[in-house]
Amino acid sequence: MAIREDQNRFKSIIKGKVRDDFKRYVTNGELIGRREDEFVKIPLPRIDIPSFRYGPKQNEKGVGQGDGEPDESASGSSESGQGKAGDQAGEHLLEVEISIEELAEILGEKLELPRIEPKGSKNILAEKNKYSGIAPVGPEGLRKFKQTYKKALSRYISTGTYDPDHPVIVPIRRDFQYRTVKKTQLPHTKAVVIYMMDVSGSMGEEQKEIVRLESFWINTWLKKHYKGLETRFIIHDAAAKEVDEETFFKTSESGGTLISSAYKLCQQIIEADYPSSEWNIYPFHFSDGDNWSGEDTRLCLSLLKEFFLPRVNVFSYGQVESKYGSGQFLKDLQKEFSQDDRLTLSQIENRDKILNSIKDFLGKGK
Amino acid sequence: MANLTLELESERKKICQIAKNCGLDFFETIFELITYDQISQIAAYGGFPVRYPHWKFGMEYEQLSKSYEYGLSKIYEMVINTDPCYAYLMEGNSMMDQKLVMAHVYGHCDFFKNNVWFSKTNRKMMDEMANHATRIRRYIDRYGYEEVEKFIDSCLSIENLIDRHSILNTPKGPKIESPVSSASDFMFKVDKSYMRNYINPPDYVAEQKQKQLESQMHKAKFPSEPVRDIVSFLIHHAPLEEWQQDILTIIRDESYYFAPQGMTKTLNEGWASYWHSHMMTRHILNDSEIIDFADHHSGTMFMQMGGYNPYKVGIELFRDIENRWNKGQFGRDWEECDDVRERKNWNKNTRLGREKIFEIRKIYNDVTFIDEFLTEDFCIRHKMFVYKMNKETQKFEIDTRDFKAIKAQLLFQMTNFGQPIIKIDNANFENRGEILLQHIHEGLDLQPNYMDATMRNVFKLWQRPVNLVTMMDNEPQLFRFDGNEYTKHSLKQEKKPEPAA
Repeated sequence: MAIREDQNRFKSIIKGKVRDDFKRYVTNGELIGRREDEFVKIPLPRIDIPSFRYGPKQNEKGVGQGDGEPDESASGSSESGQGKAGDQAGEHLLEVEISIEELAEILGEKLELPRIEPKGSKNILAEKNKYSGIAPVGPEGLRKFKQTYKKALSRYISTGTYDPDHPVIVPIRRDFQYRTVKKTQLPHTKAVVIYMMDVSGSMGEEQKEIVRLESFWINTWLKKHYKGLETRFIIHDAAAKEVDEETFFKTSESGGTLISSAYKLCQQIIEADYPSSEWNIYPFHFSDGDNWSGEDTRLCLSLLKEFFLPRVNVFSYGQVESKYGSGQFLKDLQKEFSQDDRLTLSQIENRDKILNSIKDFLGKGK
Repeated sequence: MANLTLELESERKKICQIAKNCGLDFFETIFELITYDQISQIAAYGGFPVRYPHWKFGMEYEQLSKSYEYGLSKIYEMVINTDPCYAYLMEGNSMMDQKLVMAHVYGHCDFFKNNVWFSKTNRKMMDEMANHATRIRRYIDRYGYEEVEKFIDSCLSIENLIDRHSILNTPKGPKIESPVSSASDFMFKVDKSYMRNYINPPDYVAEQKQKQLESQMHKAKFPSEPVRDIVSFLIHHAPLEEWQQDILTIIRDESYYFAPQGMTKTLNEGWASYWHSHMMTRHILNDSEIIDFADHHSGTMFMQMGGYNPYKVGIELFRDIENRWNKGQFGRDWEECDDVRERKNWNKNTRLGREKIFEIRKIYNDVTFIDEFLTEDFCIRHKMFVYKMNKETQKFEIDTRDFKAIKAQLLFQMTNFGQPIIKIDNANFENRGEILLQHIHEGLDLQPNYMDATMRNVFKLWQRPVNLVTMMDNEPQLFRFDGNEYTKHSLKQEKKPEPAA
């Protein structure tokens, strides 16, 4: 249909708008609130062809019908009255759906992110059955009528027995064609993202919002590369526990901070569920960088060195600036692993830095 | 081609015959049965199967098909004013709905054929639209998609700046005065586009245009009278390429084609509703369909706050008029009678109702229809009122039930199809070849951000600064866009430009 052309043009105009304004969407939480499985709904100002028209006052008056006295709230008045009138006033919002896939593409384009090369994708293969083959034998239920007919027809023609005036085709045994299973080997791309977040007293609402936004974009990007992406969430103060996504972003504790508690729990999760030979593992840790003791930090460093770095694709640490945090942990990590590209460090001073930080995390293509 | 099922086809024949028996007179009407996706497409295209490529149709389609999929709205009926008339039925509607739509459509077709405002309409618009699409596609091939799209955007921005009331004068709108010479006076007719530059050398043409412009400048005022049809003025006088002129002409032709439909909305819908109701209840419905019909019909006629329903007002006025003319409730005696009881029982048995409504459908448009036939009795009987927005509570409130106010409000909404009236006052403003637009202010200000954006689009066409005089916040103001900057001057202090009254 010809309309598809116009529709695609319209959609590409919209995507262009989202692209132009991308930074605003990245740092804006309302977009994430409108997330569905496959789509994100983005409110855009209605794109419109401007014309000379009356201002919004036009809709403040009109003719109606019904009972009621003057100055009485009009009966049958619809609450949505204002919204309906909106397309005249030009303040109408157009809600456009953009698939996560497209969003990831825009993100990748804007930040010039490299494609992720899944670790060991060549070794890990999964077998998949597809009925795409054809065989001369098989159950009647899988018979391909068209192919069978074609085969029979070509036999008729080649033997010269085809009669156009009396086009009756009778297939014989060797004409029959059946669907059959073909085994295809697909590179196996299972991936898990494990988010860890410091929820000690020094992490405030704003810090958590930043983590929430970052994690959304990281998920978006990774989902583009891994079909079955799993996410796990760990919160910690002095002790760590695994929670669901909702709790992850809502919990606020007041205790001190032992980062090693989270790393240990993360280690347990990986050991239990995600053997590194099969899984692409992406641990992300967000904290304000204020660890309880130097000894705990040393424990964390050795865990990283001995357990995490050999197993994960990349271990990411994001330090969110807060009033209370000293930010020491980042410095410790930098000192210890400055040469190791399996560890990514990023400092996020405020919302505006989210984009840079995403680029830090994902820019390595790992 | 018509592709109705046997059952629908036999109903169609029946309904067509009933409509003819009722006195309706229409072009041959072809019904097509299509899916909701197709109907959304055709609706997005303004009723036509083929239009020029533009994203606005895509946006319209997106909204229509979404709102159908979400169950928010449904298009029941669509009919195109051509000869033969094309109308669409949606697959999957109940038989009662299909019959209702067919009856309604015959009402529209009769209206299209007979109402005087459609008398100059191009009845072969289906072909014309396809032709427009071909031409624009050719320009896209030659000048690039973006280039042509950008230009169409500018054109669509001013498509409402035409002179709707001129449609009766000539089929394609009014003639524009030609200052000295039009381009054709110094350009030879060229059949083959590739020969154009040889027959009419661009240098020569540019020189002539320059001369023409200069001679325009020397005229005291150009145009001598303010011009309503701004689109036409720009086609003739803006420095446009030939393909640009052609596109602007296409946009204007289509705008004029749709104009009479906008001018007769209430009348047309009222007429079609009157007849579907008449035919359905008297001739078509079977017993089992009555409830569904009543449900559908009342849903269509429902008038909610904040939305004027042309179906409702139209059908009730037609019924009121038929009733009055049947009983002789018109003329001087009736107008001068003050006795309430006498008026109530007034029946002279004139039986002119049917004749009168057929006359109305022939020679009226919405404005004249409301102006003449909306009566105080009618407003009281239908409990009509004017509402307004209470700024403090953010709710609509009944403002008044005063008849004059209701009528004034309705007429205002309908005049110029609810669009502001804007004229070109001067195309050589301040003797600098700038354009001066004049907004005839009738109590409502223009939407400022749209005004700004539209003036930029006019600038793209005129390629010289654009000025607009209007009232904003109860103060006469002049807005100006000179290609870079958008400025505003109050006309209260400095009395430079003289806004013609």
